[in-house]
Amino acid sequence: MKNFLITSLISVMLASHVSAGTDGENNLSKKVGPVRDCFEGLNRVTFSLNQGLDKVIFKPVAKAYRVLPSPVRTGTSNALNNLSNLVTIPNNILQGEFKKAGINTGRFAVNTTVGIVGIFDVAKKIGFSEYEKEDYGQTLGVMGFGEGCYLVLPVLGPSTIRDTAGSFINILGGDPWYNASVNGNNEYLGETEYMATKVLTGIDFRAKNIDSFENLEKNSMDFYASIRSLYLQDRQKKIANSNVTTETMDDGDWEEIDSK
Amino acid sequence: MKKILTFVTFLIIITLNISKVYSIEADVFVQSTVNRAAKTLGGNLTKEERIEKLKDIARQTVDIDGIGFYSLGTHRKNLTTDQVSEYKKVFAEYFLKSFSSRLAEYSNPEIEVNSKRVINKNYTIVTSTLVSTESRPEVKIEWRIYTKDSENLLIRDLIIEGLSLARTQKEEFSSIINSNNGEIEALLKNLSDFAAK
Repeated sequence: MKNFLITSLISVMLASHVSAGTDGENNLSKKVGPVRDCFEGLNRVTFSLNQGLDKVIFKPVAKAYRVLPSPVRTGTSNALNNLSNLVTIPNNILQGEFKKAGINTGRFAVNTTVGIVGIFDVAKKIGFSEYEKEDYGQTLGVMGFGEGCYLVLPVLGPSTIRDTAGSFINILGGDPWYNASVNGNNEYLGETEYMATKVLTGIDFRAKNIDSFENLEKNSMDFYASIRSLYLQDRQKKIANSNVTTETMDDGDWEEIDSK
Repeated sequence: MKKILTFVTFLIIITLNISKVYSIEADVFVQSTVNRAAKTLGGNLTKEERIEKLKDIARQTVDIDGIGFYSLGTHRKNLTTDQVSEYKKVFAEYFLKSFSSRLAEYSNPEIEVNSKRVINKNYTIVTSTLVSTESRPEVKIEWRIYTKDSENLLIRDLIIEGLSLARTQKEEFSSIINSNNGEIEALLKNLSDFAAK
């Protein structure tokens, strides 16, 4: 019943916002329309709440984490990345990227065994290509679902309707790590282990970006708008799976300036 | 006749050489700009002296007016002549302050220029890497170089790990204008306040 409700909720959210990717105002935008911030008032309140939590909890913890020796941080980061393969691989398959799915399966096997649960990135050392994370939000994007409205989630931060729906798929059976730990009904893994990996992933990300966030906040006139822009650009780039950054950018405004 | 031909050939060679001497490749331009900035950041200067030097480098190598107009997005069509000149003035002050204070935080950054890709006659993207340190991972930085005038190349955007600073700024400006009922004056005030901080 719970699963049915969640599935229905996702379907309604996606169906109602599937064409909300553009407001039709920017005629110059040929590739991607702007994402609407339908709940801006509420989002700004949540953003302030998150900033408060960040100041009191996440930033101090991330700073303490940075004091740990570099090999410990690298090992933790590697192990968490390795675990994320469990979501990346099914998404590679859903996106039709079978070669990448094969490579990532090999990477996961090598790093989990020889690399001791992923602490050492042996696969990289023996020549595997650079690892690129995939998630269900990206897969929905590849399938053609629009972002829907921009959302700021409490604690979790920036998202969109589509990306939030993608996150629900993880707990509906899409994340083998969630299935094994929370739903696995075994004596070794439980909800605590699952939550611990999620919290560590957040701390690791925050610790890697302390300086850049500080710099951005100091030099922004509207920090909320800057974070929104960066989040949406990042998702757009990841969904396009392109290293050629200008492919996901709209050159219309540059062209208009040049023609003057 | 032979003399005229020799003279004309001579003129052509001179002209070609002149254009060769003064035109500069986009990747060389980026490397030289980076070297100048690194020298400033690594030198024995006070923070204020560093900031002034960095502002000088920005004035010579960045298309500040171009970025300013880009950042206005569709709002630039609604500006009066007076607002345009006011905007150009406050944007330049804002940009130089923001640019120099962002860079002044780094001490001796090491940037390696890796490759370049010509998009069209007006733009070349130069790819570089900010070498990792103990406290930060390696960062990929791409430079959008405006190459229309081959003798005076200018930086128009920095794309850090695929995220465009110019686009982020444009969306930030748009948010400020939109949350103030489309009033450009609100942006002008924000820019002035930032520059005066």
